[in-house]
Amino acid sequence: MMFLRRDLDVNRRRDLEVIAGLVQPGNRVLDLGCGDGVFLKQLKEERGADVLGIEIDSDSIGRCIANGVPVIQGDLDNSLDFAEDHSFDLVVVSHTLQEIKRPDLLLKHIVRVGKRAAVSFLNFAHWRCRLQLLAGKMPRNAQLPYQWYNTPNIHLGTIADFRDTCREFGIEIVQETPIAARFPMLSRHLPNLFAVGAVFVLEKR
Amino acid sequence: MITVPQECRFTEALPLDCGRSLKDVVIRYETAGKLNADASNAVLITHALTGDAHVCGKHDVSDRKSGWWDEMVGPGKYIDTNRYFVICSNVLGGCSGSTGPQSIDPDTGKPYHLDFPVITVRDMVRAQKRLIDALGIRQLLAVVGGSMGGMQVLQWAVDYPDAMRAIVPIATAANYSPQNIAFDWVARDAIRSDANWKNGDYPPDDPPCRGLAAARMLAHITYLSEESLGRKFGRNLQDKSEYDFDFAHDFAVESYLEHQGKRFVERFDANAYLYITRATDYFDLTAETDGDLAKAFARVSAKFLIVSFSSDWLFPTRQSRLMVEALLRDRKEVSFCEIQSGYGHDAFLLEVDALGRMVRDFLRQVEVK
Repeated sequence: MMFLRRDLDVNRRRDLEVIAGLVQPGNRVLDLGCGDGVFLKQLKEERGADVLGIEIDSDSIGRCIANGVPVIQGDLDNSLDFAEDHSFDLVVVSHTLQEIKRPDLLLKHIVRVGKRAAVSFLNFAHWRCRLQLLAGKMPRNAQLPYQWYNTPNIHLGTIADFRDTCREFGIEIVQETPIAARFPMLSRHLPNLFAVGAVFVLEKR
Repeated sequence: MITVPQECRFTEALPLDCGRSLKDVVIRYETAGKLNADASNAVLITHALTGDAHVCGKHDVSDRKSGWWDEMVGPGKYIDTNRYFVICSNVLGGCSGSTGPQSIDPDTGKPYHLDFPVITVRDMVRAQKRLIDALGIRQLLAVVGGSMGGMQVLQWAVDYPDAMRAIVPIATAANYSPQNIAFDWVARDAIRSDANWKNGDYPPDDPPCRGLAAARMLAHITYLSEESLGRKFGRNLQDKSEYDFDFAHDFAVESYLEHQGKRFVERFDANAYLYITRATDYFDLTAETDGDLAKAFARVSAKFLIVSFSSDWLFPTRQSRLMVEALLRDRKEVSFCEIQSGYGHDAFLLEVDALGRMVRDFLRQVEVK
């Protein structure tokens, strides 16, 4: 959402391609922070999924409705209580986790509500971020355009951090797909250094 | 656009929740737009507490005012009468053309007054269903309404699950809160305490104006917000610069309320006010499901678009969320938005653009499928 704006052509969002590949016809899919609903619309039309989005912004909600995507206004920090255990086949959290006040609680919720959860995020340990930090500055680039004081990205992390967190919470990593901008081979072998982001597919252990 | 009031007279008595039934019921309604060949483009609009069937257009070109939702409904408007056949009827128990407490009881030849049976929102909807049947519409495209209109919308979806493809309940709730019941009690107490009320048997030319005006003023405050009152009136004085040190109106807000009360008694009947507010008090979708809203919604098949307004304290967002959560538990298709507005409950009539765009786009999506 903030790294790569949702209204960009979804084809350019490789993490969404990976996530779309997880969806079977008839699956119930919940997208947290669904933006204008274009991704859910695609899942509905191309993959026959039964979709629901949660979004905080009223204008985006209006666009979801125009896209024929059912959407509930909600704040991800406290709006998953309604959902019963395993009531969705897949819960999607795409480039949203870093804006949440308590990503730890959200992670626990999504593996409770979803039979599976797909989480994509930007890798803060990417070599370029590391270089910028080495130079003594907070990383800024096309995908991180903010200053330290105005960034909505309050919980940035790394691929290695995320693995540790899942282990700590007893969440099983079913699949881990690095997203590479340039060096696909290197990204596969050393994702925490070379992948710009990753998609994790999670299940409650 | 000119709209023509029409009447639908039921040949069979209408059974009511209270156990009684009503003979010779007349429902006043208006329509706009054209019903298409397969009767699939009908949108029923349900009005709020003191609304009427005149939802859009004018009865005569010389009319000063248009229908109560004219900004929303009409050719090329958000609920586009070039696309949809719009129907709006005055509720049962009302005083704007449909059978109500001031109608003539066919058994006695005199007005019912307090012999009129206490009706419910479900009774209102039962009467509307007969009207829709009489118009030859088997399935409505949508039922749309705010406040008490929203209660009717919800009742439609629960009682006649196959009779519509979508519903839009706006600024409403699945049951009437104790706070709302409390306000109604005070409003009715004002009417019943007026010496002119005469236990409901007042002559048409001498109604309980003071009591009804007080009821309206009280209700009117609940439709606004602290913010909207502050913005509109502040502590401004009305046509003066100093306090008068008496009890006539000093403040602009007092003068405004008095004006609202006076205007209201010209167009509304006190007994109808008693009956309709009682119907809202009794409104509770979960009355037969032991408070379980998911159970109450279990049979609905319509798609929902639920809308609330941030400063509405009469039907707060929390109550809309309870409906959303129950519908999600039932795995029904629902969208929900809280529109940011400072207007309080009245926002459902004032936030025309924000609400209208959403309703328009929602109806388009319902239409295509």
